[in-house]
Amino acid sequence: MTMKTDPAKPPGPATAGRRSHVPGDGSAHAAAVERAQKGMLHEARDLKRTRIGADVLCEALLRQGVDVFFSYPGGVILPLYDVLGDYPELRHVLVRHEQGGAHAADGYARVTGTVGVCMGTSGPGATNLVTGIGTAMLDSVPMVAITGNVPSALIGKDAFQEIDINGITLPMTKHNYLVRDADELPRVVAEAFHIARTGRPGPVHIDITKDALQQETRAEHPTHAEVIEGLPGFRPNLEGHGRQLKTAATEIANAKRPVILAGHGVLHAQAWDDLRAFAEKTSIPVAWTLLGIGAMDETHPLAYGYMGMHGWKHVNRAIQSADLLIAIGMRFDDRVTGNVRTYAPYARIVHVDIDPAEIGKNVAVEVPIVGDAKRVLQALTPMVPETKIEERREYLDQLADWKRDSEASSWHGSGAWRDGLLSADYVVERIGELTDHRATYVADVGQNQMWLARYTGFREPNSHVSSGGLGTMGFSVPAAMGAALGRPDRETWAITGDGGFQMTFQELMTLVADDIPVKIALLDNKKLGMIRQWQEIIYAGNYHSASLPGPDFAKLADAFGIPAFRARTPGEVDDAIRAAQAVNGPALIWFEIAEEQNVFPMMPAGKGLSDLIEKWGGADE
Amino acid sequence: MSGDPGSNGRTPRDTPASATSTAKASSPSDDAPTIAEAPPGPAHTAPPPRALPGSGETRRHVLVAIVMNKPGVLNRVSSLMRARNFNIDSLAVSKTDREDTSRMTITLHGDDVAVEQAAKQLYRLIDVLKVQDVTSDPTVEHELAFVKIRATDSNRDEVLRLVELSRGRVVDLADGSVIVEVTGTESEIDTFVSLVRTYGIKELVRTGAVVMARGSGSIEEAIKR
Repeated sequence: MTMKTDPAKPPGPATAGRRSHVPGDGSAHAAAVERAQKGMLHEARDLKRTRIGADVLCEALLRQGVDVFFSYPGGVILPLYDVLGDYPELRHVLVRHEQGGAHAADGYARVTGTVGVCMGTSGPGATNLVTGIGTAMLDSVPMVAITGNVPSALIGKDAFQEIDINGITLPMTKHNYLVRDADELPRVVAEAFHIARTGRPGPVHIDITKDALQQETRAEHPTHAEVIEGLPGFRPNLEGHGRQLKTAATEIANAKRPVILAGHGVLHAQAWDDLRAFAEKTSIPVAWTLLGIGAMDETHPLAYGYMGMHGWKHVNRAIQSADLLIAIGMRFDDRVTGNVRTYAPYARIVHVDIDPAEIGKNVAVEVPIVGDAKRVLQALTPMVPETKIEERREYLDQLADWKRDSEASSWHGSGAWRDGLLSADYVVERIGELTDHRATYVADVGQNQMWLARYTGFREPNSHVSSGGLGTMGFSVPAAMGAALGRPDRETWAITGDGGFQMTFQELMTLVADDIPVKIALLDNKKLGMIRQWQEIIYAGNYHSASLPGPDFAKLADAFGIPAFRARTPGEVDDAIRAAQAVNGPALIWFEIAEEQNVFPMMPAGKGLSDLIEKWGGADE
Repeated sequence: MSGDPGSNGRTPRDTPASATSTAKASSPSDDAPTIAEAPPGPAHTAPPPRALPGSGETRRHVLVAIVMNKPGVLNRVSSLMRARNFNIDSLAVSKTDREDTSRMTITLHGDDVAVEQAAKQLYRLIDVLKVQDVTSDPTVEHELAFVKIRATDSNRDEVLRLVELSRGRVVDLADGSVIVEVTGTESEIDTFVSLVRTYGIKELVRTGAVVMARGSGSIEEAIKR
């Protein structure tokens, strides 16, 4: 059988199967949390033994609607493993490395819109989670990371596997806790989930001492109101300011060449329908950031494309000639703006973001609006005058011309790059096509990430998962593991290079052991491709460490019991993808792609959006 | 580790444009950033560079923050300021009238936008309840210093006279030294310290400024709980 979605089945509403991160909003997830809260009160469970801190933790997770978490045991977290058997509805996925667990929780969170949960023991278990926590922080992904720590009496004594993990995660979490008393656990866990999912989402870390996990307790779980009351310093502003909304509406009404810049915030706020409604009413084209991919169906007439360093030339041209940018849930990252001095020189900027600290941080803006993307769009749309496509005909026609020009460049529709070698852009395009553009696509970092972003064609929200901010190589396979468990109704593809794959492929065993049907597209150019590209273009061809010899990936997959397929020519691509789809479970395709293909266009660091390099070695780029 | 050599902090030895001289064929032909594509219509003059946030004119700012009185809050604040590249000149912390809150007075140098950014970043901390930049507000501001001054039989009278004139107070008298307590604004204390430096300063400790806005308004009452 295949996991492929039935093409005959209508796509259904965009929210089907998706979960809300806003409690009490009437969504299916909110209802599940409510049911869990009613059913899981500890009085209802007959433990036939003393209730300890570890039980409270399990109860608290269930009350938050957690159904799966990713973890690895160790000395001080064993009290939790001692009780897990009493909570069968809490699925434990035994990862092969804590970093994989953190990325899996991240992938799960990104596709479901709920909080992902990972755990590890003290010391090395905790430090192994750090890369995953940092990845979630930079991309504002709701996550709760839980670690055990040495017994309170040993804290500060350099005990075995003791490290100040609270001190380590402090600058890379939204908030963190050290719990030494089981009576505090219900409040702390409830606060952690509330903080992780509310306002601008982000990771929260809870460190729990071993004695707290073992301590007998009768502590009660707080209500949602009590949690909010206990956090007087955490009151995210969700509604846009009325006067600023009016100013924005005037700016939008007067703009002749407006562009919407959609970011991750649109997806976090589940505001894709509102974005489309706003764009359709105003006939304003929509561009998106790397993490804003999926905020707009790419087949929509107003969907314009991916912006920035490796974005489409036509999109960057539109931004550079725009007279108004309407930025929603994005933060003018340096990969988006390039040199800010030359960024969008004709444009005034309306900036909508839920985090006040993002507004005016990287670029000065004319109209700041602090608020949740959904609520702001819902308030703003009725305030702007309707503009028909015909009224923008001249502008939109020009943009369409630019798009035609730009899409033809750097695209290898035959599947062959120089000397007939397999072209990576073609591979990801075929994966998109043969999955009907309705799978979950999880990128790694580097060239593969950019090819995926540019050529796959995304139609659904939260179908694209990518480590944008931290740029964490090794992200793809473990994050896809979590994404596949979060959205089992969709096929899940991990698209990775040979470099990133070799960082975390230990999780292949988790895929097999837990029967997680991730399809891995390994784009093997036997290089650290982006390193090679930069050394070729920016460092005058002075290559160092760009070549990366790898193993026989087919044998490797085989050793894990994962069926492997191989494609070295364009003609083999479709068959390999179909063969992997036909596997009931995980599968790997080893695409041996051209070794020296670059991703174009590219904006060198320090340059502006108008300074794109479009070709380098010759006409066959 | 990540596929991004642009962030290695090193100056690229060669720009892409000048790399063209090494037989690499097609690439941009000039080094200077090109001007953005002008919108169609009447001829546009080259746009001025987009203004960076902030004026770039730095001055001393005073931030007052009400925070939760919990372990680790001071660490969160100082860690954030360090990570975000803000340099704190002084930081005074103590409990307020409420058991559950503390008050911080932070002085730092920066331009208006940078300091506003610092305040916004502070708000991202869950334990921070309220932040106000009181730099331009009418305030009362004092700090306290102890100065242990070398004072011998020959110049002790001179030192004590100077202390009196500076409205300082002798809090300890010993053989060869006095400890003087002075309060005042940062610059008043600077002045006193420079005056007594000639006698020899054995030790100096300053609390950092504490500041309160004049008038009946209250930062604590402004907190929505």
